[in-house]
Amino acid sequence: MNRNINLYILIMFAVSYTIRALPLTLIRGKIRSPFLQSFLYYVPYVTLAVMTFPAIIQSTQTPLSGLIALIAGVIAAWFGASLFQVASLCCVVVLIAEFIIL
Amino acid sequence: MRRGDRTLESVLKNEHRSDGQAFHEGFRDGIPIGLGYFAVAFALGVAARSAGLNPLQGFIASITCLASAGQYAGFTVIAARASYFEIAVITLVANARYLLMSTALSQKIDPKRSFLHRFGIAWFVTDEIFAIETRQKGYLNPFYTYGAGAFAAPMWATGTAIGILAGNLMPVRIVSALSVALFGMFLAVIIPPARGDRIILGLVAVSFAASYAASRLPWIGTMSSGTRIILLTVILAGVAAVLFPHPSEDMEEEESQ
Repeated sequence: MNRNINLYILIMFAVSYTIRALPLTLIRGKIRSPFLQSFLYYVPYVTLAVMTFPAIIQSTQTPLSGLIALIAGVIAAWFGASLFQVASLCCVVVLIAEFIIL
Repeated sequence: MRRGDRTLESVLKNEHRSDGQAFHEGFRDGIPIGLGYFAVAFALGVAARSAGLNPLQGFIASITCLASAGQYAGFTVIAARASYFEIAVITLVANARYLLMSTALSQKIDPKRSFLHRFGIAWFVTDEIFAIETRQKGYLNPFYTYGAGAFAAPMWATGTAIGILAGNLMPVRIVSALSVALFGMFLAVIIPPARGDRIILGLVAVSFAASYAASRLPWIGTMSSGTRIILLTVILAGVAAVLFPHPSEDMEEEESQ
């Protein structure tokens, strides 16, 4: 079928942007419900944790190097390393681990 | 240096810093994001190329959509030349978690700020930028978001375009190493608060375990990762909210109504 790639991209944009803009623009006041406040307080921690594991061990060439990066990253972050330091450490750990393992 | 940010004075300082300082700080925090994006966008570019996008189309798709899983899913639909309705639905499902993030952010915006900033912040609701926004104490300065986006978004789009041009030329080892940069950032966001709060520590551990289990379960495991993330987030954050209520105690926000 003859379909236009630019139109596909426009639809992707329209849908992605609408999803992001709707709550931000519709919810203008303070949410009062203690349950919803608590829920939203916990959302970032859960969603970022869920996105990190097990994806981190699936994104590397071997699960082991991803696992080592996860452990190194957790330890570094625990002891107060910055965002950039943790991110770079994880990359370096994978690079070294894969040179040894592979 | 990060732990220093959690003291009371710096919380106050954070509230009073200028928009320029906020932009600068956002830009700085956006650098690791941009570098990670660049690497991931390479792989995305390869998918875009097989879907028939040229580098300019890839650049535009990435700078407008700013969504890794969402764009990847979209490109597979384009590759199949499936219906326009289908690409709309797939984009919606793959990006639905941004509804939750956008809702959370709606509570972090100073009511004194112009309403238009909400449209600007919405543009940059991504997993990674949301992560660093989460770490901002008190109200989120929109210029912090713009600073992060000013570096990260062009890197994402340029990475996609270059991936379309030459995606297969990047050494596998480098791609593999860079692919964990974004996860490292997530750890830097969730681990320090977990250290100081046993509930968050427990919640992070349970989230890891549940996410692993869900990826292995026969029925949930076959869902798209976007759907699984939403399902787990709603369940786990919902249970945590019931068991350990944590109503917001920001004094300043209380009077704004």
